[in-house]
Amino acid sequence: MTPKTPPHQLQLNEHGQLRHFLTTEGLSTELLTEILDTAESFVSVGKQAVKKVPLLRGKTVVNLFFEASTRTRTTFELAAKRLSADVLNIDISTSATSKGESLMDMLWNLEAMDSDMFVVRHQASGAPHFIAEHVTPSVAVINAGDGRHAHPTQAMLDMYTIRRHKGDFAKLNVAIVGDVLHSRVARSQVHALRGLNVGEVRVIGPKTLIPADFEGLGAKIYYDMAKGLKDVDVVIMLRLQKERMQSALLPSESEFYRLYGLTMEKLAFAKPDAIIMHPGPINRGVEIESAVADCSRSVILQQVNYGIAVRMAVLSMAMSGQTEVAAQEGGV
Amino acid sequence: MDFSRPNFNQRIVIRNGRVIDPTQVLDQVADIYIADGLISNIGNAPVGFKPDMEFDAEGMLVIPGAVDVCARVREPGQTQKGNIHSETHAAAAAGVTHLCCPPDTNPVIDTRAVAALIQERAYQSGYAHVMPIGALTKGLDGQQLSEMHSLREAGCIGVSQLRHPVKDAQVLLRCLEYASTFDLIVFFQSEEQSISPAGGVHAGPTATRLGLPGIPECAETIALSRDLLLVEQTGVRAHFGQISCARSVELIATAQAKGLPVTADVAVHQLYLTDDMIDGFNSQYHVRPPARTEADRQALIDGVKAGVISVLCSDHQPHEAAAKAEPFPTTAAGISAFSHFLPLSYEFVRTGVLTESEWVQRIAMNPALLIGLDAGHLSMGSNANLCVFDPNESWKLSRDNMVSQGKNSPFIGRTLHGRVKLTLKDGALSYRHS
Repeated sequence: MTPKTPPHQLQLNEHGQLRHFLTTEGLSTELLTEILDTAESFVSVGKQAVKKVPLLRGKTVVNLFFEASTRTRTTFELAAKRLSADVLNIDISTSATSKGESLMDMLWNLEAMDSDMFVVRHQASGAPHFIAEHVTPSVAVINAGDGRHAHPTQAMLDMYTIRRHKGDFAKLNVAIVGDVLHSRVARSQVHALRGLNVGEVRVIGPKTLIPADFEGLGAKIYYDMAKGLKDVDVVIMLRLQKERMQSALLPSESEFYRLYGLTMEKLAFAKPDAIIMHPGPINRGVEIESAVADCSRSVILQQVNYGIAVRMAVLSMAMSGQTEVAAQEGGV
Repeated sequence: MDFSRPNFNQRIVIRNGRVIDPTQVLDQVADIYIADGLISNIGNAPVGFKPDMEFDAEGMLVIPGAVDVCARVREPGQTQKGNIHSETHAAAAAGVTHLCCPPDTNPVIDTRAVAALIQERAYQSGYAHVMPIGALTKGLDGQQLSEMHSLREAGCIGVSQLRHPVKDAQVLLRCLEYASTFDLIVFFQSEEQSISPAGGVHAGPTATRLGLPGIPECAETIALSRDLLLVEQTGVRAHFGQISCARSVELIATAQAKGLPVTADVAVHQLYLTDDMIDGFNSQYHVRPPARTEADRQALIDGVKAGVISVLCSDHQPHEAAAKAEPFPTTAAGISAFSHFLPLSYEFVRTGVLTESEWVQRIAMNPALLIGLDAGHLSMGSNANLCVFDPNESWKLSRDNMVSQGKNSPFIGRTLHGRVKLTLKDGALSYRHS
């Protein structure tokens, strides 16, 4: 039989460099660290008088967002522009796919415009992988979140944030709290944390929000905040969508908040210097107490800031790895 | 490949083949003579027999034509995927002489006119008998009983709701009672839709890792349990199609042990596929019910061996290329399955799971008995519906050698062992491989 290429193989070239960035699963410690190191070099760009470097000058980056996302799209756009790329934002709600054009036809049309990179957000798991399999060798695909599968750049900016504040991953216990079931971020975080050899990854939530086989990804499952948060160094809260209450996954926001909402009281189970993270946008009083979100241990806003540098790193690395492949295959 | 039009006047002799017919406990190397569409004799030539065509089947198996209880021909309504002509062509090339098409055509098979149209077009094409399965409820809407008696008169061999839900148990109870009135067989594809998301895969580690919607085993077993209780209540003859998990085999075995009129089939691809094969988001593995675990796969094979699952079907579902050229969850489920039907099912003979006779029972004899069809055997004087199968020929499945209009298969590129060489429908040549 002929299974297609798993995402973690598809995204690397023969030298082990990124040519697409689809998932954090299967990436080596070295490559994950390289992404963080590259991001480190870009952090200062935003502080300069001229906030640009010429790495992607002359390249065209297309933001293909099939699912609404102001925050992620904006940071990708900013990252690409700081790398001097030309950026095209495709509003899918008014695009050809809503008129019945297939995804493939749309991609081929965009390719015909000599695009170099697609940043894809899609509601279907595997959509960026599908696109990466079908684009010409000269185009790189960056996953900006697909279904419940992966959100690798969000995970890497979280890793960057953790490293900035906590240093050595091997000594850390990290807890991920909330709606793990629907979270592409949580999956990518677990893969990245495991790849960076973190001490222990825990997920905490009710059974309705944690897939039964999740421990297979390398995380310990807790249904109780007191036990799950005990002695952790990092608490990552996940966003809880209100529609979860209407699909019989939770009885009410208030019960969820009482059991799994991060309050100062529950935070006391963690280490005294534990940092608090959240991919945003946060629901105050549902998944996190305002006092916690705004306290000195919260690094939520820094995550957003680091997100631009991390996305610059990924865009530049993938373009570099892709250019090498395309050159070998005669694509450029 | 030769797809010449049927010629009912030909006299044909198939020489030296190993003739297998479990209904006669027949398994011997012999010549088989066909004239006037009928099997004239097995062994010696009838007096005065002068063949128009001879076929040397030395080293090959001569078996009853396969009777496929679930295969889509996509007509009326979905001719971009296939049509009766193309798919009966493909059936003939697969050694299938009779196939049952489910009612989810467009329009649905809930009127005599649609049932008649399908049979008429199949007759005109001449490559395989197509026997419609009527809708259990009008429009498959799960609310109003269909005119089942009329559908049977129009040639439907049973009724089915497929995977369209009947949410109201009272309606389903009435449907089964009504079908039972006329001894109509009901084909179930048990699935509790409320826990069976579209675009899903088996709820297991692969679904979790890839973030694909998970369809738990209980989506099948909850519905199957309810259906079995209603079968017990009504006494309707029930056939459970395309089951996918170990627990379903247990439930059906228990029902059979209690004496309920219950049979079951499994699609051949379910005996090969497991959920971890979709690792690369390969939409060719998108099937419904989903491919499950290795333990489920083994239980299905054991069920086939034990006879709890007495029928193997293709669950042939041709699709146009665009239906699979999307991200996995948004693609259409199903495999264009005729090409691998006999080779992959025969693999269980090669590996010692089934004898040749048991294999023929499961692809021809049992399904014919199930639907009350005078087929699935090689009795003298009966219509010559048969297939010559070379178990020794190996070939690689490719898009080019798939006869179906649909080229959607995860088995493309796989080397198959065993090939259909000749198919006769009512004594006429409907396929000959060259």
